This record gives sequence, C-alpha cells and structure tokens, in this order.
Amino acid sequence: MKIAFHLFATLLWLEPAFAEPFLPTDDTLVLERTSITRRNPDDARLIAMRTRLSQLPTDATTAAALAHLYLQRARTQSDPRYLGYAQAVLAPWSTAEQPPTEIQLLRATAAQSLHDFDTALRDLDMILQRQPHHAQARLTRATIYQARGELPAARADCEQLAEAARATIAQTCIATVDALSGHAGRSYARVAALRAQLMDHDGALAPWLDGLLAEFAERTGNHDAIAEIHYRAALAATPDDAYLLAAFADFLLDHARANEVTELLRDKTRADGLLLRFALAKQQLRAPETTLLVATLTVRFAEARARGTALHVREEAMLTLKLRNDAPRALALAQENWQAQREPADARILLEAALAAHQPQGAADALHWMERTRIEDSALRALAARLNEIPA
Amino acid sequence: MKITLRDLPCALLLLVLTAPAFAHKSSDSYLRIDVEQAHISGAWDIALRDLDFALALDADGDSALTWGEIRDARARIFDYALSHLRLLTGAVSCPINSNDVLIDQHSDGAYAVLRFNAQCAVAVDTLGIDYQLLFELDAQHRGLLRLTANGTTQSAVFGPDTRVQKLSLGTATAWSGFRGYVQLGMQHIAAGFDHLLFLFALLLPAVLRRIDNTWHSVDRLSPALIAVTKVVTAFTLAHSITLALAVLGVVQLPSALVEAAIAASIIVAALNNVWPMFSEKRWTLAFAFGLMHGFGFSGALTDLGLAREQLASALLGFNLGVEIAQLAFVALVVPTVFVLRRRVPYVRTVLAPGSALIALLGTMWLLERALDISVLR
Repeated sequence: MKIAFHLFATLLWLEPAFAEPFLPTDDTLVLERTSITRRNPDDARLIAMRTRLSQLPTDATTAAALAHLYLQRARTQSDPRYLGYAQAVLAPWSTAEQPPTEIQLLRATAAQSLHDFDTALRDLDMILQRQPHHAQARLTRATIYQARGELPAARADCEQLAEAARATIAQTCIATVDALSGHAGRSYARVAALRAQLMDHDGALAPWLDGLLAEFAERTGNHDAIAEIHYRAALAATPDDAYLLAAFADFLLDHARANEVTELLRDKTRADGLLLRFALAKQQLRAPETTLLVATLTVRFAEARARGTALHVREEAMLTLKLRNDAPRALALAQENWQAQREPADARILLEAALAAHQPQGAADALHWMERTRIEDSALRALAARLNEIPA
Repeated sequence: MKITLRDLPCALLLLVLTAPAFAHKSSDSYLRIDVEQAHISGAWDIALRDLDFALALDADGDSALTWGEIRDARARIFDYALSHLRLLTGAVSCPINSNDVLIDQHSDGAYAVLRFNAQCAVAVDTLGIDYQLLFELDAQHRGLLRLTANGTTQSAVFGPDTRVQKLSLGTATAWSGFRGYVQLGMQHIAAGFDHLLFLFALLLPAVLRRIDNTWHSVDRLSPALIAVTKVVTAFTLAHSITLALAVLGVVQLPSALVEAAIAASIIVAALNNVWPMFSEKRWTLAFAFGLMHGFGFSGALTDLGLAREQLASALLGFNLGVEIAQLAFVALVVPTVFVLRRRVPYVRTVLAPGSALIALLGTMWLLERALDISVLR
C-alpha cells in the first residue's frame, strides 16, 4: 500500500508531461516498480533458476520448475505477462511431438490459461494416452471440457479421476459437472460433506471447495446467506484469487451491495476483470468517476484487440452492455465468447445482451444449452423467462 | 461515448489520475515508423518492466526503477532493442542510428521511448521489417506497428510466428506512381480544353487539300492521315521538349505569358483555316506553338513539388498520358471529318464556321488571360 501511494504521488507529480513522451530531469524519479526483484527471497530463487536455465536452455527439469513458478504467478497475481514467460521457457519443446510429460503438461496449462483450448486438449490427450492415470492431466482436461460446456466428456474424465487421485478430488470434480446438469442442490450436499471431512493439512483444497459451495448455493437461489459465508471463507484463505473475487463481486452487485464491492476491490484493479466489477459498483453508486473508469476499461480492451488476442471477451461484452449501453455490439461479443466458453456466466451475459437488444433469437444457443443440460440456476431461469416473453 | 486507440493518451491521463494501479496485461511494444523517400524516423515504446526483465536495469535491486538507472543504461537499452530490429529495402538493411530516450506512460506502466533514424540506400517502396524483440523471453509479446508513408498509415502486429513482414507503402511503389502520372497527363488534356481546341483547329483541314487557293477534299484516307501524323508528331515533339526543360528547371517562363500565348496559338491556328498563311505546312505551326503548350503542361507537374528521384518517372508518365489522351481525341475527330468532307459542303458548313468559332473562343481566352478579366464563366 505504501508503494502504491508512493507511485501514485510520483505520477501526480509527473502529471503535466503525460500527454506526450517526456524527458525526466530528476535522476531519483521512480518510473516503475519491477515485478521481480533480487532482494525478495522468492524472486531471488526465480532469478537463480533463470540464470541456470540460460546456461542450459534445454534442461527439462529446470525449465519445468521455472515454467511452473511462472504459471503459478500468472494465476495468483492474474498477470498474463507470466504466461508468456512460461511459454518462452518451454519454447525449446514448443514443436516437439512428444516432449517430457511434465513439460507437455505445463505447455497445456499455459495454453489453457490463454484460452487456447484446442492446443491444450491436444497435449492433454497425448499425455492421457500414454498415462491414463495422470491425475493432473485428467483434472485439467475435465476443467477445459467443463468450460466449453462439453459436460458428458467432463464427467467421464472426473469418473476416471477416481482411480488416479484422491476420492475427494474425484468426487468434487463430478459434483461440479453435476451442478451444471440440473443437480446444484445434490452437488452442494455432496461437496459440503467432503468439505467437513477435510483434514487440516488439506489447506490447498479448502478454498476450492468453499468457492464451489458458494457458487452452488448461489445458483439454487434463496440461499444467499449461505453462499456469502462460503465466499468469505474461501477468500479468507486466498484473498487475492482473482476468480473468487470476481464471483463474489458479481454476487454482491446482484444484491445491490456496491459499497462492499468497492471496498473489496479497491487495490485489486490491475486485473481487467476486477476493474470491470469496480466500475460496475461505481455505476450502481452513481459515482462521477464511473465515466473515467469506463474510458480506462475501453482502452484496455482496445489494446487487447489491437495486439490480436482477445482473452476476456466475456468481460468485454459485460463492459459493452452494462457500462457503454451498446446492446447490439454486446450481443455480438457475447456470441463470440459463447463460441469459446460455455459456463453459466457466459450464458448469462449472452441472455442479458439478447434481452437488451430485443433479439431473443440471438441467445438461442444458450437457451438450447439450458434445455439440454437442464441446468439449475435461478438467475439464468429468470432471464430465460423474460426472453421468452419477447415476441420473436 | 466512443473511444478509439487514438484517444489513448488522453484516456490514460485520466486513468493514471484515478486508478490506483496500472493494468496487468500481456507485453506489447509500440513501434511507430515514418518513411520519407529513403529516410526513416521512428519511435519505439518498450515497457520498462520488459526491459528490466531482459536487462536487469534495477541496478540497486530495490524494485524501484529510477530515471537515473534508465539513463545510465541508455546504451545497453539501445543495443538490446536495435539488435532485435532490422529494417530492409529488398535484401539490403537500412542502418539504424539511435537518437534519444524519453519516457511515456501506457495503461500498464512506464515505457522507454527509443527514438531512432535509419537511412536506406534507395527510396523505400516496400519496407521489410524483421522484429525479434523479447520473443525469446516472452512468447506472448507482440510488437504493434504504425507505419506512416505518403500520408497514409497502416498497422501490423509482430508475434513469434510473424516476425518478418513486408509492407508495401501504397502509392509510393514505382509502378503505381508511374500509373498515377499517366493518369494525371490524361486528365490534364481532358480538362484543359485549350490544348484540344488548338489541335482541333489544326485537324479540321486535314481532309482537304489546298490547290490554287481553293480547298479540295482528299480522295483517300491516306493523305489525310499523313497530314494528321505530321501535325500530331510536330506538336508532340515540341511540347515534350519544353515540358522537360520546364520541369527540370532549365527554362522557366511566367505562366501568364504562357497562357496568353496558348490562347493566341488557338486564334492563329483557326484563322489559318480561313485565310491560309501556312497552308500545307500546318506542322510548322503545330511545332512552334507546341513549344508554348509544353510550358503550359509543366505547371501541372511543378505544382506537385516532385523530388529529384521522381522526376524522370513523372515526366515520362505524364507525357505518355498526354499523348494517350491526344491520340484518343485524334481517333475521334479524324474519321468524323473524313466522313463529313463529302456529305456536306465541308468548307462552308464545317471548316469556316468551326474555325471562326474557335478563333472567337481563343480571342476571349486571350483577352481574359492578357487583361486578367473574366469574359467566359
């Protein structure tokens, strides 16, 4: 926080020169904070690994360890630069047909994080052909199938997990898929039971289960108080998890609790998805700075488009619909997103955009998906009902 | 509200003042290149975070990158960046010279702005760019290019799979430039009615032969074509000579004088049809006044402010355009008058009144141009 304040003060001081490139006159002026610094012990370890790898770039063990570290940071700091670093470390094997399993798994994880699901699946398929009991590959593949809305394939992988991983993981995996297939209530009960059995040393699993319980409770409707307890428990363990923060912020926004959202996300707006929720909260509060936040977000998404990668199309559609009030464009974005990802949140923005644009047929794919999966989700059901009232 | 990338600096100003921290985003560099003939000037924005990752700029390891640290590393930064960028014409590199380093803010933090110049051996038609920055460290890095040349801007994205790209500079290619000048020449003739009228006056009697002070129509097409060829060749030769001399700056005449002389040439050519002075030697008239018309053409080219390298292609193209338009006109007029010569009492209904009308027009232009008054609107 002190650093943030210092940076902010520095920038205010620079303010007159912003419109154009400028030549600083003060040598002590701090221009940037590095994300990796050798005084930090974790970073020092990372730097040592980099040095070692630069001497032996094809050493698979070192490369895998460093790539693993980068991918971890990409997630915990939701900083996509680390994804590129990880891929660069894995580059010597980028075209290898059969790299070491560990390398191939990391390659798939990086691709998955960049929403390049086809590439990720190709690698995971190969690993599982060689080692059908590879738990991590199995779980990652189930997650991708689930994100793409291919629920039978996801469930099949979860079932296979039972032989490869601990029962808790396999059963949670199955419950997650079932929750998307009309059994949110049953899934809640099952995961709650698993959560109660967790041992103290299962620290890493607890927030995952808590987050899922929150989602299941929210989806079934009428259990908001329970959902909130689970969200708070999960966040207490992993306060910087961007996915959890976004989900909890959406929950609070749905209940018109914008003040709590601004409090929750105040110093976490480096991630586009979280800045978006922050701006939505400011809008609910009719705060004057909403305009500036929308401008900032618009620039960020435009930059992503300019470089030819659109990582957060769902969020781009939300911005376009809710903050820029451009329903037709939002619908097009939500449809584009639906081609890549098919989770409840993806269905929701598609239904909302179609509703705002008065084009019920624009959300036909999501409506079919809801019918097919018989998904239990009170928010989605309500939206679908309103869409059906519009004369086609 | 619509915000485009062009509004970036302004929007960023707002961002920095309101948002508590910079965005997390994948690494981009912003490369702006301006091409003028063989000269290139550029500015390359590279994130300080990326430069630190590549070069460990944080000398004291306190995680704060100060201006002093950047300035001290200026040579290293330039060496690193410029060893990962090549600009080429054909297969030949254009040597790049580093200029100064400035600082700018983008949505994800501070960037070094590396300014540079490059000099190519020849004027650039197609610029080859070989971009290798950071890919070895960050597979998601992208180079976003904005290339400006001849008033048009194009963009391109460089990634690990698109490191080398060739960008055609649009209108600047030799062939399309040449085509443009041909077009300009044709337009100049079509729009500049006075050149065609002069030619028309000289062509009207081509289907007649003057024997003993009276006109007789020719029997066959060939004598008419010979007369036409003489006139057109003489006119072309003459105006090509003066056009080249004027455009190359060897001879220059005041344009008012040239314009008046052209008007006068029309009157003389028309009156010659009624009271023949040059008789069968109309090509001498075409040649003499063609010299004046050449000066008239030159205005269209000198107005463009052409660079020396373009002159040859411009002169050739423009002249070719003039000749094409002129031949098209001849191809239209000559068959028509050849048919008319025996269908109607040619001298009484075509040659005399036509020439009188042309002389009248020429007179009005002359008055207009010599006295700078407006007779015709």
